[in-house]
Amino acid sequence: MAATNLFAPGHTACLGCGEALAARLVINAAGANTIIAEATGCLEIISSRYPESAWQVPWIHSLFDNTAAVAAGIEAALRATGRIGQVNVLSQGGDGATADIGFGPLSGAWERGHDVLYVCYDNEAYMNTGVQRSGLTPFHARTSTSPPGSASLGNPTLKKDLPAIAVAHGVPYVATSTVGFPRDIERKVKKALSVRGPKYLQIHVPCPLGWGFDASQTLDLAKLAVQTGLYPIFEYENGELTGSMKVKPRPVEDYLKPQVRFRHLFAAGKPDLAQEIAAIQAVADRNLVKYQMVVPASG
Amino acid sequence: MKRVMEGSAGVSDMVTLCRPLVVSAYPITPQTHIVENLAQQVANGKLQAEFVNVESEFSAASVVLGASATGVRTYTATSSQGLLLMNEVVYNISGLRLPVVMTVANRAISPPLSIWNDWQDSISVRDAGWIQLYAEDNQEAADLHLQAYRIGEDPRVALPVMVCMDGFILTHAFEPIDIPDQAQVDAYLPPYQPVIKLDPADPLTMGAFMEPDKYLEARYLLHRAVADSAPVVEEVAASFREAFGRYQGGLLDLYRMEEAEVVMITMGTLSSTVKAVVDQARAEGQRAGAIRIRCYRPFPKQQLRQALAKVAKVAVLEKALSLGVGSILGADLRDCLYGSGVQVNEYIIGLGGRDIPPQTVRRVYDHTASGRPADGLFVDLNAEHVGDELWQAWQALW
Amino acid sequence: MPISHAGVVRPGTSRATKTGSWRVQRPVFLHKECIGCRQCETVCPEGCVFGEDKHFEADLDYCKGCGLCAAVCPKKDIEMKAEEAKA
Repeated sequence: MAATNLFAPGHTACLGCGEALAARLVINAAGANTIIAEATGCLEIISSRYPESAWQVPWIHSLFDNTAAVAAGIEAALRATGRIGQVNVLSQGGDGATADIGFGPLSGAWERGHDVLYVCYDNEAYMNTGVQRSGLTPFHARTSTSPPGSASLGNPTLKKDLPAIAVAHGVPYVATSTVGFPRDIERKVKKALSVRGPKYLQIHVPCPLGWGFDASQTLDLAKLAVQTGLYPIFEYENGELTGSMKVKPRPVEDYLKPQVRFRHLFAAGKPDLAQEIAAIQAVADRNLVKYQMVVPASG
Repeated sequence: MKRVMEGSAGVSDMVTLCRPLVVSAYPITPQTHIVENLAQQVANGKLQAEFVNVESEFSAASVVLGASATGVRTYTATSSQGLLLMNEVVYNISGLRLPVVMTVANRAISPPLSIWNDWQDSISVRDAGWIQLYAEDNQEAADLHLQAYRIGEDPRVALPVMVCMDGFILTHAFEPIDIPDQAQVDAYLPPYQPVIKLDPADPLTMGAFMEPDKYLEARYLLHRAVADSAPVVEEVAASFREAFGRYQGGLLDLYRMEEAEVVMITMGTLSSTVKAVVDQARAEGQRAGAIRIRCYRPFPKQQLRQALAKVAKVAVLEKALSLGVGSILGADLRDCLYGSGVQVNEYIIGLGGRDIPPQTVRRVYDHTASGRPADGLFVDLNAEHVGDELWQAWQALW
Repeated sequence: MPISHAGVVRPGTSRATKTGSWRVQRPVFLHKECIGCRQCETVCPEGCVFGEDKHFEADLDYCKGCGLCAAVCPKKDIEMKAEEAKA
């Protein structure tokens, strides 16, 4: 076992859980000199069932919605005792905790400029409570509170653009990543922690149970999300796009079809669905352009 | 040294002397002067603390939670809606055994919107596991903050403390207040040594979840911790008197209880008016007495039973209520005196800053002394505002 | 054992839960084509793949049999095999 595995096994995440993998990569990259403030959610539940904890760094779970403010308090205490810059403060939560219920405190913490790395584990729904829709649930996705039916095609809204909101707050380092490329996560965590001030890292973490695919496909699906343009991987530094992952674009169907949560878009004998898939393709195409992701044609 | 100062300034001066390292608050009338003063102290370099200007009370409480968990002394203050907004954090702070100190400048709950005094705010969180202390005057309000840190940070306690002071009546009133000097405070309040803290040198997991086979016991242990803090509250009041020469805080303030037959019970500034009416009644030969509850949580049941052992009638005057039911403080007294034969009357008084002149308190006293019952009986209803029918029915109870 | 002060938990104690009992399939490391890229070690959500150089194994106390190591191995040097039925 790796000597510096700061997220121990014996946690009760599902087989192939993207979030557990990402969390292990994040804390191992951040190192032992880190204090974590964590939101209620899958990661918290699978890692901290009294009297067991998978965490090998100081870690606190307070509530669902106050993680960013608790982290701000930890940072303020470090600052007041002359330890700022010597101990990392890592604030983490799922997409629901980050984009929805914890958004107010997150905005306040960003505005005040606390030296905290906030990591959002984006599995695109409230997974811990049974796959309910969140502000980061993608267009047309099936969730238990946005189910498709004769009067609905699933979630009717686009993902809230949290990275753009972070950039608008003047957060000096804003990036997305994915478990499809584990080294990218490690690189970005280390880079973020070298920046002073707030930093935001949003990591795409496929959920076998919630999205409906076999556990062994987690990494393949994560890569497909990037390759279609649906989950752009990029970095913004001081407000400028400084890097993005280049792809040879694949059609969105390649990513959507293997997941049960999008299966209703491929129902037989429904020609109208083609325009719905085209709408999703349009989202992907916009991303490919906006984040300069397309490998230039050779020749 | 005694100076005439605003109640809020007495509190902020005392808090500064207590050396909190992280202060975080959100403005809400009538707490504002306290935190504005603290901001000025930080700006002048008198208070060496991180002053975190948050975007809501929910975050203020969360910031001090995180800071206290990291092992430093913290402070926040709020009132009314702010306290309600931070509700789930209030429970979380006590459950995590973090000795945060918070001033509640007691203010009415909306709707209707009111910035004026009553106790509905702090009483609504009486079950959250915080120690609650109520001040009668501004000297006590200031002193209680120093005691609060000493009580909360005692490793036998390790609980947050709420110092409650009547909004406007105390926060905005000018009184002579004796603020000790830094050396005296440092001698009385040693640096904070946390029982547990977030530290990479000794990693701990805080806030784990518990399954049904253990949650009950976890809450039992917390319940015992709160109940067992009462002796420490008394100890600290005694040591405070030794250090500073005046008795403040503790559990109860007994006034002219010698052979008292009719006793009025209340909290906070209303006690001053109640005591004046007791003096008036005694001068007429009546065996009147008063008890001021200083420590509302944990509730001093045993001490109250003892003090009221030979009393015939009790009138509880409270600035709060349980809608649809009636009295809360009164219910606590009735529970505590169950089976004793003492007649306990409950009066709802002074909500939303309604002025309570001595004649009003005297009316309550006479009503109880006459033997008439009162179950969450409102004092001083205005006929014009409630309509004739309701007013007639209410009037009949008097 | 009495519940700890404020319910705090010591680090790494999750190791007491042997999640290997969840498994219905296990990774078999063939040790034939391994190039030592360590991707298997990197992508395990349990962090239970260990080894050095060109020889890696899964800690069967914790391995849940998710198959990510086998899926990611560039040399297909890991095979997923059904757990033996218990007699």
